[in-house]
Amino acid sequence: MKSYRTFKTALRALRRNVMRAGLTTLGIVIGIAAVIAMMEIGNGSSIAIQRTIASMGANILLVMPGTAASSGISFGAGSAMTLTPQDATAILKECPAVAAVAPVVRARAQVVYGNKNWVPMSIYGTTPAFLVVRDWTDMAEGDPFTDRDVRNASKVCLIGQTLVRELFGGQSPIGKEIRVHNVAFKVIGVLQTKGANMMGMDQDDILLAPWTTIKYRVTGTSVVTNQSVGSAETNSTVNTLSQIYPNSQQNLYPVPSAAQQADTPLPIRFANVDQILVSAQASEQIPEAIHQISVLLRERHRIHAGESDDFTLRDMTEITKAMTSTTSMMTKLLLCVALISLVVGGVGIMNIMLVSVTERTREIGLRMAVGARPGDILRQFLAEAVVLCLIGGVVGILLGRGSSILVTAILHWPTAISLTAIVMAVVVSASVGIVFGFYPARKASRLDPIEALRYE
Amino acid sequence: MELIELRNIFKIYHLGEMDLPVLKGVSLAVAKGEMVALMGASGSGKSTLMNILGCLDRPTSGEYWLDGREISGFSLNQRAWLRNRMIGFVFQNFNLLPRTSALENVMVPLSYAPKEVPERHMRQRASELLKLVGLADRMDHQPSQLSGGQQQRVAIARSLVNSPTILLADEPTGNLDSHTSEEILQLFQHLNREEGLTIILVTHNPGVSDYAQRTIHIRDGLIENGLQPQGRPEAALPFSGGAP
Repeated sequence: MKSYRTFKTALRALRRNVMRAGLTTLGIVIGIAAVIAMMEIGNGSSIAIQRTIASMGANILLVMPGTAASSGISFGAGSAMTLTPQDATAILKECPAVAAVAPVVRARAQVVYGNKNWVPMSIYGTTPAFLVVRDWTDMAEGDPFTDRDVRNASKVCLIGQTLVRELFGGQSPIGKEIRVHNVAFKVIGVLQTKGANMMGMDQDDILLAPWTTIKYRVTGTSVVTNQSVGSAETNSTVNTLSQIYPNSQQNLYPVPSAAQQADTPLPIRFANVDQILVSAQASEQIPEAIHQISVLLRERHRIHAGESDDFTLRDMTEITKAMTSTTSMMTKLLLCVALISLVVGGVGIMNIMLVSVTERTREIGLRMAVGARPGDILRQFLAEAVVLCLIGGVVGILLGRGSSILVTAILHWPTAISLTAIVMAVVVSASVGIVFGFYPARKASRLDPIEALRYE
Repeated sequence: MELIELRNIFKIYHLGEMDLPVLKGVSLAVAKGEMVALMGASGSGKSTLMNILGCLDRPTSGEYWLDGREISGFSLNQRAWLRNRMIGFVFQNFNLLPRTSALENVMVPLSYAPKEVPERHMRQRASELLKLVGLADRMDHQPSQLSGGQQQRVAIARSLVNSPTILLADEPTGNLDSHTSEEILQLFQHLNREEGLTIILVTHNPGVSDYAQRTIHIRDGLIENGLQPQGRPEAALPFSGGAP
């Protein structure tokens, strides 16, 4: 009750000079508004930056088959043929920390359109989930292929911007047919520009097709992996290189024509993929995802305890590090700005409170003469400062919210409402009031009533 | 039983190396219900004595008995309590809070009462007192909208709001014209007679001291005359107008 009375007295005193109270609190209003707007805009851009970095692959895990070795000769990373598309489906189904999974079959082949040809850096056979994993779902033109295309091994593909430039010279490639290894693919979509990756490799130099199509129609067999692309004996009638450098292998059966080949893919019993791309639910969940995947794959591949994995899991530590450091830098930067503006606001409050104490010396003297104890005076002036700051804080929050909404509406900057910022703003403005109001209030409470009453 | 009794009060100010005695052994007594004038030229120690009487200041030595209690040793907060409960102040320059209505000005001492007073009671009490001083129709006026006499009436109402036993008036008519002064002094007299309020008027104006029952003269920090209370000399008052 006592505090309520002090609060009322403070409000009454502030109401006596509304203009000044308003101007005094303006410092806090601007400070808090700046903090809120900064936090929200900063939060928004930080989320946007995180998303961008994530699209570079911060959340991505790479599952590669292990190393095959023969007579002590290792064939290097990814040479074992142990990963299957079924592994990919199982990972998606059974690992809760995983958001999306895409098996990838790689190939390297010449792509021909009209009189132009080009060898893309990467030809990936995959599923539509690949676009989700790589955060590439927005197409520049056309539509992505579907799971149905994957099941049917449809001869459709998506191409990157570099291919569009090299093969089509800027024309729209949608609906056109390009030939990959003499297999005609219909271009149904164009991927958006992604630029170079962290290693400087052009990510737009890419062709995406259903993995079944790449596996069974382009690289040719279900047994031979893409590692040896180009030696596909099945296309020997068309592939001029094969005629110049004939395979040593003898053809026991009449060689089917290319059209026959393409139309009748060999029945699949076992198919292996070159790698599986996995995206975690969030970058913090990567370690969890790694654990879940390795447990699952060990089980699926029947690896006993004590035996080493027949696959390797890799995450993008470098990118993740960059991401966390960026985020924490942003936060620290914002905190600095916030602190500076609040200190400036607080000094403004202190300044005006000091002026106010001097100006109201007579009032203080009178209050003391009629029975106010030094503590009462201290409380009253402290309450005035805190009330000023709290009002400033509330107005500042509204103003900050308003301006961040305005910024979103006009400049289309991403903003995100920050509850912590609001709570912090209230707490901070109250404590600014206490900290910067204390000195003037103490000064007021230490006045000698006799001197104060005589003060002109 | 005297309400106020000062025994050999000294007040010495220290100005650097020098000791400046302002009160040099003042003893006086004021009975309950008296109206006393405290007179003296400026520099005589009149204001210092007033501050000590009003518990705003402490004597360097000596005893101050107020209502049966020796209070010269009271702490800051205890004296604040005394000022709130027992003493009403009226100042020469009114000391009203600017931009605050008469009613709220009168309510100020109530907000420092040790016991919480509900807002409603505070307003009621303040308006009663404003009626008493004849300002029933000026309750919502701010000091700047009131004449000097009216402002002093508000100040008197404020000094009475906690029902004090002593009213200390420091040159209450110093800023007022003679006609208004008379009205204010008659109000004091009325309060003294009807409400039995003990009033101490500090002044250097002999015209003001005529309203008091007794005049204490102070010169150079010592009481000159008027030391003894004169009982209840109501009949012997030189001025009998004003109060019925």
